[in-house]
Order: sequence, then C-alpha cells, then structure tokens
Amino acid sequence: MSYQVNGHTIEHDEEGYITTLSDWSEELANVIAETENIDMTDEHWAVVNFLRDYYDEYQIAPAVRVLIKAIKKEMGPEKGNNKYMYELFPYGPAKQACKIAGLPKPTGCV
Amino acid sequence: MSETKKFLYVNRKAPYGTIYALESLEVVLIGAAFDQDVTLAFLDDGVFQLTKGQDTGGIGVKNFSPTFRALGDYEVTKLYVEQESLEERGLAAEDLQAVTYEDEDDDWAEKPSIHIVSRAEMADIMADQDVVLSF
Repeated sequence: MSYQVNGHTIEHDEEGYITTLSDWSEELANVIAETENIDMTDEHWAVVNFLRDYYDEYQIAPAVRVLIKAIKKEMGPEKGNNKYMYELFPYGPAKQACKIAGLPKPTGCV
Repeated sequence: MSETKKFLYVNRKAPYGTIYALESLEVVLIGAAFDQDVTLAFLDDGVFQLTKGQDTGGIGVKNFSPTFRALGDYEVTKLYVEQESLEERGLAAEDLQAVTYEDEDDDWAEKPSIHIVSRAEMADIMADQDVVLSF
C-alpha cells in the first residue's frame, strides 16, 4: 500500500500512516489529506506543524486531550477546544492530523 | 465516577536491550487517560532510563528519553529515583535529564518532576500504593 507523490512511491500501513517518517513532505501531506477528504487550510497546517514540532521534541504523538491543551496554551482557547479541532479533523484530531503530519498513530489511540 | 487509585510503575531495567522500559512508558502514557494518581519509581538499572545525553545511533533503536519530558503534559508529575541505585552505578543527580511540569494550581510555575529518595523512602512510597506495576 502506498501514496504517489511527484512520481515517488511512499509506503503506508493498512490504516494509511506512512511507515518511514523521513518520507514526509508537504506535498505528501496534501495527498494524505485528500484521501481523508480534508481540504488543507492554514488552520489545518497550524495543527499539523504543531504536531510535527511536538514529535520532534518528545518523540511521541500526543494524545488528543494533551494536543488540545497544548494548542489552547499556544494559540488560545478559541482554537484549543474539542469543537474547533473536530471541525478541522472530523474523524479525530490526533488520528487524522497525525496521519497527515506523517507521524505514527498516537499511543493509546484505537 | 470510580474512585482514584494510586498507581506506581516500578522501572528496574536499563532503557535499551529489552523492551521493558519503553513498554512501561507507553503504559503510563495510555493509563494517564484514566485520571488516576500516577507515580513512577526508578531503581536498579532503571535509573539509566533518565540519564541525559542518550545516543542510540549505534544500536539502531529510537532514543525515547525525550518522551519522559512530555509526562508533565499528561499530568504525570512524580518521578522518584533511588539514591542508592544511582550511587551503586557511579551516577549522581546531575547525570539525569531535567523533567519538569507546569503546576496549574500555582500559576503554571515550572517545577521539577524528578525527586531523589533513599531506599527507605522508596519502600514507604511503595507501601503507600493501591496498585504496583513492575517493569
């Protein structure tokens, strides 16, 4: 199973998470988002970039409530809440945003 | 709501070479969703898990030590390290990485999560728990 980006083949697992984290690129993020029926806006990118920074620093993808708390702290309560995050990523901010960000599935996320 | 229980995760093994240390940390992160009173204990070779400057490049596995620094986000803020275990391995407090949390009840002041305790104090901490999980 794989994504096609600019003629390159990027392998992913049965749920769509890429298998080699260093394969990620912004073009790939757009391709993954398309398969998730998400039209990437600046607001989506803000969350995806936040997740990538978090992973870079702590080597894990955060749980949803940790993500929302951290976004709230960084971007304010109008963005750091469940409603806003589920509007951006209807099938779960951690699950969908992590997939687009090229991170592994969050620990404890089923 | 069910009542809160005191959970202690006991870490006795070196960070790499076996999967115990990483599995323990993953269980802690997953368990943190259940709003229990969580404490981590590090003794024997487990004290190596918190050492700073870990580099796993040579053994081809992920260096997961930065993940301990995320524990504060999960409201896991009590990491006890046994003094005697450190000494027996030629380690001291300054060989450990800084793990902190922001105290919501104290205007988000940054406070250390790691506390060095004696073997006798560690025994008291263990005796005080409802559930002890050993890794």
